[in-house]
Amino acid sequence: MIAALRARDERVFAELMRMYNASLLRVALIYVATRAVAEDVVQETWIGVLNGIDRFEGRSSLKTWIFRILTNIAKTRGQRERRTVPFSALERPDAVPEAAVDADRFLPPDHERWPGHWASRPEPWPEERLLAAETRAVVERAIDELPPAQRAVISLRDIEGWSSDEARNALGISETNQRVLLHRARSKVRQALEDYLTEAM
Amino acid sequence: MSASIEQLSCQELVELVTDYLEGALPERERDSFEHHIEGCKGCHEYVRQMRETIELTGTLAPADISPEAEAALLSAFRDWTSR
Ligand SMILES: [Zn+2]
Repeated sequence: MIAALRARDERVFAELMRMYNASLLRVALIYVATRAVAEDVVQETWIGVLNGIDRFEGRSSLKTWIFRILTNIAKTRGQRERRTVPFSALERPDAVPEAAVDADRFLPPDHERWPGHWASRPEPWPEERLLAAETRAVVERAIDELPPAQRAVISLRDIEGWSSDEARNALGISETNQRVLLHRARSKVRQALEDYLTEAM
Repeated sequence: MSASIEQLSCQELVELVTDYLEGALPERERDSFEHHIEGCKGCHEYVRQMRETIELTGTLAPADISPEAEAALLSAFRDWTSR
Protein backbone atom coordinates (compact mmCIF):
# COMPACT_ATOMS: atom_id res chain seq x y z
CA MET A 1 0.00 0.00 0.00
CA ILE A 2 2.84 2.36 0.87
CA ALA A 3 4.64 1.52 -2.35
CA ALA A 4 1.43 2.07 -4.32
CA LEU A 5 0.90 5.44 -2.68
CA ARG A 6 4.44 6.45 -3.47
CA ALA A 7 3.76 5.41 -7.04
CA ARG A 8 0.85 7.87 -7.00
CA ASP A 9 -1.83 5.19 -7.30
CA GLU A 10 -5.15 7.01 -7.00
CA ARG A 11 -7.13 3.85 -6.30
CA VAL A 12 -5.08 3.14 -3.23
CA PHE A 13 -5.47 6.69 -2.00
CA ALA A 14 -9.24 6.48 -2.46
CA GLU A 15 -9.26 3.19 -0.59
CA LEU A 16 -7.34 4.70 2.33
CA MET A 17 -9.76 7.59 2.49
CA ARG A 18 -12.74 5.29 2.62
CA MET A 19 -11.08 3.27 5.37
CA TYR A 20 -10.00 6.10 7.63
CA ASN A 21 -11.69 9.36 6.76
CA ALA A 22 -14.68 8.98 9.11
CA SER A 23 -12.47 7.84 11.99
CA LEU A 24 -10.10 10.73 11.39
CA LEU A 25 -13.05 13.09 11.59
CA ARG A 26 -14.18 11.64 14.90
CA VAL A 27 -10.73 11.90 16.39
CA ALA A 28 -10.32 15.46 15.10
CA LEU A 29 -13.54 16.39 16.91
CA ILE A 30 -11.83 15.64 20.22
CA TYR A 31 -9.56 18.60 19.63
CA VAL A 32 -11.57 21.15 17.72
CA ALA A 33 -14.99 22.58 18.39
CA THR A 34 -16.83 22.34 15.11
CA ARG A 35 -17.34 19.85 12.37
CA ALA A 36 -16.24 22.39 9.77
CA VAL A 37 -12.87 22.85 11.44
CA ALA A 38 -12.54 19.09 11.92
CA GLU A 39 -13.13 18.57 8.20
CA ASP A 40 -10.40 21.10 7.48
CA VAL A 41 -8.06 19.27 9.80
CA VAL A 42 -8.77 15.97 8.07
CA GLN A 43 -8.19 17.48 4.65
CA GLU A 44 -4.90 18.93 5.85
CA THR A 45 -4.01 15.52 7.23
CA TRP A 46 -4.41 13.82 3.87
CA ILE A 47 -2.26 16.43 2.25
CA GLY A 48 0.30 15.84 5.00
CA VAL A 49 0.12 12.12 4.28
CA LEU A 50 0.80 12.67 0.58
CA ASN A 51 3.63 15.08 1.26
CA GLY A 52 5.18 12.81 3.85
CA ILE A 53 4.75 9.38 2.29
CA ASP A 54 8.15 9.42 0.61
CA ARG A 55 9.75 10.00 4.01
CA PHE A 56 7.58 7.48 5.90
CA GLU A 57 9.97 4.96 7.40
CA GLY A 58 7.52 2.33 8.53
CA ARG A 59 8.54 2.47 12.18
CA SER A 60 4.86 2.56 13.08
CA SER A 61 1.97 1.18 11.05
CA LEU A 62 0.67 3.36 8.25
CA LYS A 63 -2.57 3.75 10.20
CA THR A 64 -0.82 4.97 13.35
CA TRP A 65 1.32 7.32 11.30
CA ILE A 66 -1.72 8.86 9.59
CA PHE A 67 -3.43 9.40 12.94
CA ARG A 68 -0.28 10.98 14.38
CA ILE A 69 -0.30 13.50 11.57
CA LEU A 70 -3.94 14.21 12.28
CA THR A 71 -3.41 14.59 16.01
CA ASN A 72 -0.59 17.07 15.51
CA ILE A 73 -2.61 19.20 13.14
CA ALA A 74 -5.73 18.98 15.29
CA LYS A 75 -3.84 19.90 18.47
CA THR A 76 -2.40 23.00 16.84
CA ARG A 77 -5.82 24.02 15.61
CA GLY A 78 -7.38 23.30 18.99
CA GLN A 79 -4.78 25.41 20.77
CA ARG A 80 -5.51 28.23 18.42
CA GLU A 81 -9.15 27.91 19.44
CA ARG A 82 -7.94 27.78 23.04
CA ARG A 83 -9.69 24.59 23.90
CA THR A 84 -8.32 22.91 27.00
CA VAL A 85 -10.71 19.98 26.97
CA PRO A 86 -8.50 17.49 25.09
CA PHE A 87 -5.85 17.30 27.76
CA SER A 88 -8.20 16.39 30.57
CA ALA A 89 -10.50 14.23 28.45
CA LEU A 90 -7.70 12.14 26.95
CA GLU A 91 -4.94 12.20 29.50
CA ARG A 92 -6.83 12.41 32.75
CA PRO A 93 -10.23 10.88 32.12
CA ASP A 94 -10.30 9.80 35.77
CA ALA A 95 -10.15 13.40 36.98
CA VAL A 96 -13.91 13.65 36.87
CA PRO A 97 -15.52 10.54 38.35
CA GLU A 98 -18.43 9.09 36.44
CA ALA A 99 -20.53 6.17 37.59
CA ALA A 100 -21.41 3.42 35.13
CA VAL A 101 -24.77 3.06 36.85
CA ASP A 102 -26.63 5.66 38.93
CA ALA A 103 -25.94 5.33 42.65
CA ASP A 104 -29.67 5.21 43.37
CA ARG A 105 -29.91 1.83 41.66
CA PHE A 106 -27.96 0.38 44.61
CA LEU A 107 -28.64 -0.01 48.31
CA PRO A 108 -26.83 2.62 50.40
CA PRO A 109 -23.32 1.94 51.74
CA ASP A 110 -24.64 1.87 55.31
CA HIS A 111 -27.24 -0.79 54.54
CA GLU A 112 -26.99 -3.38 57.30
CA ARG A 113 -27.09 -6.50 55.12
CA TRP A 114 -26.46 -5.66 51.49
CA PRO A 115 -24.50 -2.43 51.08
CA GLY A 116 -23.91 -1.60 47.42
CA HIS A 117 -26.17 -4.43 46.26
CA TRP A 118 -28.73 -3.82 43.53
CA ALA A 119 -31.84 -2.05 44.78
CA SER A 120 -33.41 -2.32 41.34
CA ARG A 121 -31.57 -4.85 39.29
CA PRO A 122 -31.36 -4.99 35.52
CA GLU A 123 -34.04 -7.11 33.86
CA PRO A 124 -33.39 -9.21 30.75
CA TRP A 125 -33.99 -7.40 27.48
CA PRO A 126 -36.52 -8.74 24.98
CA GLU A 127 -34.36 -10.50 22.39
CA GLU A 128 -36.60 -9.73 19.42
CA ARG A 129 -36.56 -5.98 20.08
CA LEU A 130 -32.77 -5.92 20.28
CA LEU A 131 -32.56 -6.57 16.58
CA ALA A 132 -35.07 -3.91 15.58
CA ALA A 133 -33.88 -0.93 13.55
CA GLU A 134 -35.23 1.49 16.18
CA THR A 135 -33.04 -0.12 18.81
CA ARG A 136 -29.99 0.41 16.62
CA ALA A 137 -31.03 4.04 16.23
CA VAL A 138 -31.03 4.33 20.03
CA VAL A 139 -27.44 3.09 20.10
CA GLU A 140 -26.46 5.52 17.36
CA ARG A 141 -28.01 8.45 19.18
CA ALA A 142 -26.39 7.48 22.47
CA ILE A 143 -22.98 7.40 20.77
CA ASP A 144 -23.60 10.76 19.10
CA GLU A 145 -24.33 12.30 22.48
CA LEU A 146 -21.11 11.09 24.12
CA PRO A 147 -18.27 13.50 24.86
CA PRO A 148 -15.92 13.47 21.83
CA ALA A 149 -13.12 11.41 23.40
CA GLN A 150 -15.51 8.68 24.53
CA ARG A 151 -17.28 8.76 21.18
CA ALA A 152 -14.00 8.36 19.32
CA VAL A 153 -12.89 5.40 21.43
CA ILE A 154 -16.15 3.45 21.23
CA SER A 155 -16.37 4.11 17.49
CA LEU A 156 -12.86 2.86 16.82
CA ARG A 157 -13.17 -0.14 19.10
CA ASP A 158 -16.74 -1.32 18.75
CA ILE A 159 -17.87 -0.03 15.36
CA GLU A 160 -14.63 -0.13 13.37
CA GLY A 161 -13.43 -3.19 15.26
CA TRP A 162 -9.94 -1.92 16.08
CA SER A 163 -7.86 -3.56 18.80
CA SER A 164 -7.16 -1.63 21.99
CA ASP A 165 -3.55 -1.14 20.87
CA GLU A 166 -4.62 0.31 17.54
CA ALA A 167 -7.06 2.66 19.24
CA ARG A 168 -4.64 3.91 21.88
CA ASN A 169 -1.86 4.37 19.33
CA ALA A 170 -4.14 6.37 17.07
CA LEU A 171 -5.12 8.59 20.00
CA GLY A 172 -1.70 8.65 21.60
CA ILE A 173 -3.07 7.67 25.01
CA SER A 174 -2.28 5.02 27.62
CA GLU A 175 -3.90 1.61 27.68
CA THR A 176 -5.59 2.48 30.97
CA ASN A 177 -7.06 5.74 29.71
CA GLN A 178 -8.27 4.06 26.59
CA ARG A 179 -10.08 1.56 28.79
CA VAL A 180 -11.58 4.23 31.05
CA LEU A 181 -12.99 6.05 28.03
CA LEU A 182 -14.30 2.83 26.53
CA HIS A 183 -15.87 1.85 29.83
CA ARG A 184 -17.71 5.12 30.18
CA ALA A 185 -18.87 5.08 26.61
CA ARG A 186 -20.16 1.51 26.74
CA SER A 187 -21.80 2.07 30.12
CA LYS A 188 -23.76 5.02 28.77
CA VAL A 189 -24.85 3.17 25.67
CA ARG A 190 -26.02 0.27 27.84
CA GLN A 191 -27.96 2.70 30.01
CA ALA A 192 -29.60 4.26 26.95
CA LEU A 193 -30.61 0.79 25.77
CA GLU A 194 -31.99 -0.11 29.17
CA ASP A 195 -34.00 3.12 29.33
CA TYR A 196 -35.42 2.47 25.90
CA LEU A 197 -36.09 -1.25 26.19
CA THR A 198 -37.67 -1.19 29.63
CA GLU A 199 -39.80 1.94 29.29
CA ALA A 200 -41.70 0.42 26.38
CA MET A 201 -42.01 -3.03 27.89
CA MET B 1 -6.23 -5.03 45.87
CA SER B 2 -7.54 -7.96 47.84
CA ALA B 3 -11.16 -7.86 46.85
CA SER B 4 -12.68 -10.86 48.51
CA ILE B 5 -16.05 -12.11 47.36
CA GLU B 6 -17.80 -10.42 50.27
CA GLN B 7 -16.06 -7.13 49.61
CA LEU B 8 -16.94 -6.81 45.95
CA SER B 9 -20.33 -5.15 45.88
CA CYS B 10 -22.59 -4.92 42.84
CA GLN B 11 -21.86 -1.20 42.67
CA GLU B 12 -18.13 -1.95 42.48
CA LEU B 13 -18.59 -4.78 40.03
CA VAL B 14 -20.27 -2.64 37.38
CA GLU B 15 -17.15 -0.47 37.30
CA LEU B 16 -14.95 -3.50 36.60
CA VAL B 17 -16.92 -4.92 33.69
CA THR B 18 -14.80 -3.37 30.95
CA ASP B 19 -11.56 -4.38 32.65
CA TYR B 20 -12.99 -7.87 32.90
CA LEU B 21 -14.14 -8.08 29.28
CA GLU B 22 -10.81 -6.62 28.11
CA GLY B 23 -8.91 -9.26 30.05
CA ALA B 24 -7.25 -6.58 32.15
CA LEU B 25 -8.23 -7.79 35.61
CA PRO B 26 -5.54 -9.41 37.75
CA GLU B 27 -6.26 -13.09 38.38
CA ARG B 28 -7.43 -12.58 41.96
CA GLU B 29 -9.95 -9.92 41.02
CA ARG B 30 -11.07 -11.86 38.00
CA ASP B 31 -11.85 -14.82 40.22
CA SER B 32 -13.92 -12.78 42.63
CA PHE B 33 -15.63 -11.08 39.70
CA GLU B 34 -16.62 -14.42 38.21
CA HIS B 35 -17.62 -15.80 41.55
CA HIS B 36 -19.83 -12.78 42.14
CA ILE B 37 -21.67 -12.99 38.82
CA GLU B 38 -22.30 -16.69 39.29
CA GLY B 39 -24.18 -15.96 42.47
CA CYS B 40 -25.77 -12.61 41.68
CA LYS B 41 -28.67 -12.45 39.26
CA GLY B 42 -28.48 -8.68 38.83
CA CYS B 43 -24.78 -8.58 37.98
CA HIS B 44 -25.06 -11.65 35.79
CA GLU B 45 -27.70 -9.84 33.78
CA TYR B 46 -25.68 -6.63 33.80
CA VAL B 47 -22.63 -8.30 32.26
CA ARG B 48 -24.87 -9.90 29.67
CA GLN B 49 -26.32 -6.52 28.77
CA MET B 50 -22.85 -5.06 28.37
CA ARG B 51 -22.01 -7.88 25.96
CA GLU B 52 -25.26 -7.29 24.08
CA THR B 53 -24.48 -3.58 23.95
CA ILE B 54 -21.05 -4.25 22.42
CA GLU B 55 -22.52 -6.69 19.93
CA LEU B 56 -25.23 -4.26 18.91
CA THR B 57 -22.77 -1.39 18.53
CA GLY B 58 -20.77 -3.70 16.28
CA THR B 59 -23.68 -3.97 13.87
CA LEU B 60 -23.66 -0.23 13.15
CA ALA B 61 -22.22 0.59 9.77
CA PRO B 62 -18.87 2.37 9.94
CA ALA B 63 -19.39 6.01 8.98
CA ASP B 64 -18.63 6.68 5.35
CA ILE B 65 -16.83 9.52 3.66
CA SER B 66 -19.15 12.13 2.15
CA PRO B 67 -19.10 12.40 -1.64
CA GLU B 68 -18.08 16.08 -1.39
CA ALA B 69 -15.14 15.32 0.87
CA GLU B 70 -14.08 12.46 -1.37
CA ALA B 71 -14.22 14.64 -4.47
CA ALA B 72 -12.24 17.42 -2.77
CA LEU B 73 -9.58 15.01 -1.60
CA LEU B 74 -9.25 13.27 -4.93
CA SER B 75 -8.74 16.62 -6.57
CA ALA B 76 -6.05 17.41 -3.97
CA PHE B 77 -4.52 14.06 -4.84
CA ARG B 78 -4.42 14.93 -8.53
CA ASP B 79 -2.77 18.26 -7.73
CA TRP B 80 -0.18 16.39 -5.75
CA THR B 81 0.56 13.83 -8.48
CA SER B 82 0.87 16.49 -11.14
CA ARG B 83 3.51 18.36 -9.19
ZN1 LIG C 1 -24.02 -8.29 42.14
